[in-house]
Amino acid sequence: MDMPIPTEPAQTVYAFDAAKPDYVRRALGDLSLGFSRWRLAWALAWLDIRNRYRGSVLGPFWLTLSTGTMLFGLGLLYSTLFGFKLIDYLPHLAVSLIVWNMIAQIINEATGSLVSSEGIIRQMPLPYTIHGLRCVLRNMMTAAHNLPLILIVFLACGWLPGAEVLLLPLGFVLIAVNAFALTMLLGMVCARFRDIGPIVGSVLQLAFFMTPVLWKPELLPAHLQPFLLLNPFYTIMETVRGPLVEGGGPLLAWLVALVYTALNLAIAWFFFLRFRGRVAYWV
Amino acid sequence: MARILAEGLTIEFPFYHLGARSLKKRLLGNARLHTDAANRVVVTALRDMSFEITHGERVALIGPNGAGKTTLLRTLAGVYEPSGGSLRVEGRIGSLIDVGAGMDPESTGRENIVLRGLYRGMSEAECQTLADQVGEFSALGEFLDVPIRTYSAGMGVRLAFAMATAIQPQLLLMDEWFLAGDANFIQRAEERLSRLVVDADILVIATHEMSIVRRWCTRAIRLENGTITADGPVAEVLGDPPG
Repeated sequence: MDMPIPTEPAQTVYAFDAAKPDYVRRALGDLSLGFSRWRLAWALAWLDIRNRYRGSVLGPFWLTLSTGTMLFGLGLLYSTLFGFKLIDYLPHLAVSLIVWNMIAQIINEATGSLVSSEGIIRQMPLPYTIHGLRCVLRNMMTAAHNLPLILIVFLACGWLPGAEVLLLPLGFVLIAVNAFALTMLLGMVCARFRDIGPIVGSVLQLAFFMTPVLWKPELLPAHLQPFLLLNPFYTIMETVRGPLVEGGGPLLAWLVALVYTALNLAIAWFFFLRFRGRVAYWV
Repeated sequence: MARILAEGLTIEFPFYHLGARSLKKRLLGNARLHTDAANRVVVTALRDMSFEITHGERVALIGPNGAGKTTLLRTLAGVYEPSGGSLRVEGRIGSLIDVGAGMDPESTGRENIVLRGLYRGMSEAECQTLADQVGEFSALGEFLDVPIRTYSAGMGVRLAFAMATAIQPQLLLMDEWFLAGDANFIQRAEERLSRLVVDADILVIATHEMSIVRRWCTRAIRLENGTITADGPVAEVLGDPPG
């Protein structure tokens, strides 16, 4: 049979008046429709991963292997340099490095979240939320391949986090929220200004060394430690690292992380509100 | 009831990556380029268009390359938010503008059909129905479970056609009458396309093919340089002798 499938009777109306752009309703509609169609974002994210590692034997597990090797090498070197015992240093390094890699990759790919979907954006009216969600989900899936390493290191070093580990989901939620907001924000900004992408790359490289990933915050002189709170990467990272290896992490870092998250959300929302309709012209 | 209403519809594409002043000056000699309030160079793709298309009309967009036909179709589909004027589109839209958009060459035919269903916001069960139906119509047989990267050009077109025409929209937006493939497919395709067109409440098609316009359309809109220069019954716009 080759009867075309009839459309459902639901009446759809698309109305736009340039004199009354109605930014808020459109932005909210984009978000709610985008999230309600998470299945599409998930399917696309999964395709991205599959295509990226097509034909490779280990696939994304190469990432696990290379992170593992890195952990081992850096662990040996920096525990000696800093004079820590390897068994005390490795859990800190494992969590820090893996969380950092996740954050850095999310930010790096965020710069292309909309530009890389150009072909679809210019052909189909889809909520932009889908493209952001696709990018975030893809990176979450990639990052998940590294998480078992944390478990392995904890087992090998005999490290057992206490009850504070219950805060861990909250830390991941904070990272996810920030990831989505930043992906939409950077996706839009980088679609308009193509120079931002490379700048983000250099900033991330600098941030890797300025953030306590390899080193521990207590290595800083006491009067300098409060300045760490100015580093959003540090505070956000602390919401995952704290519950796992630091007995919960400093309360102040958590509070500041919440402030940064709110700030990130506010800026992303403002941009989305104001410039969402321009994205199709930019990509 | 399907309906399209445009009032003063304007689309301006900005040129962002235009630095040099001299280049800017030289380009501004062109009538469609000008600077907007923020002193950006913009090209007016559609200028102050007003028209209404009501239930039952089959409209051909004609005019030279670059007149704005495809941009108008994309705007009707909701891709571009107008820079000026207003647009109201009532009814479920199906667009055959770029039927290959969103296809993944590494995925099998079946996976691509399901993906297309997801793009259209269908549920899992509906996607499966779609896959069965498209699979049957495209007559790809066992190739349906092979990555479409390996398809011949004809097979690719068959799959794209079957996917694009599987769902009956109320408002059919089409860029060129697309029919390709082998002879016995063309006949079935023609049949299905005809039904799609006839069953749609409104058809808007951009084409250069006047035989298509005369055969299928009731009304023609001629675009030139982003403005409507003629709008009326096909015979009138094309200048056919009466009778």
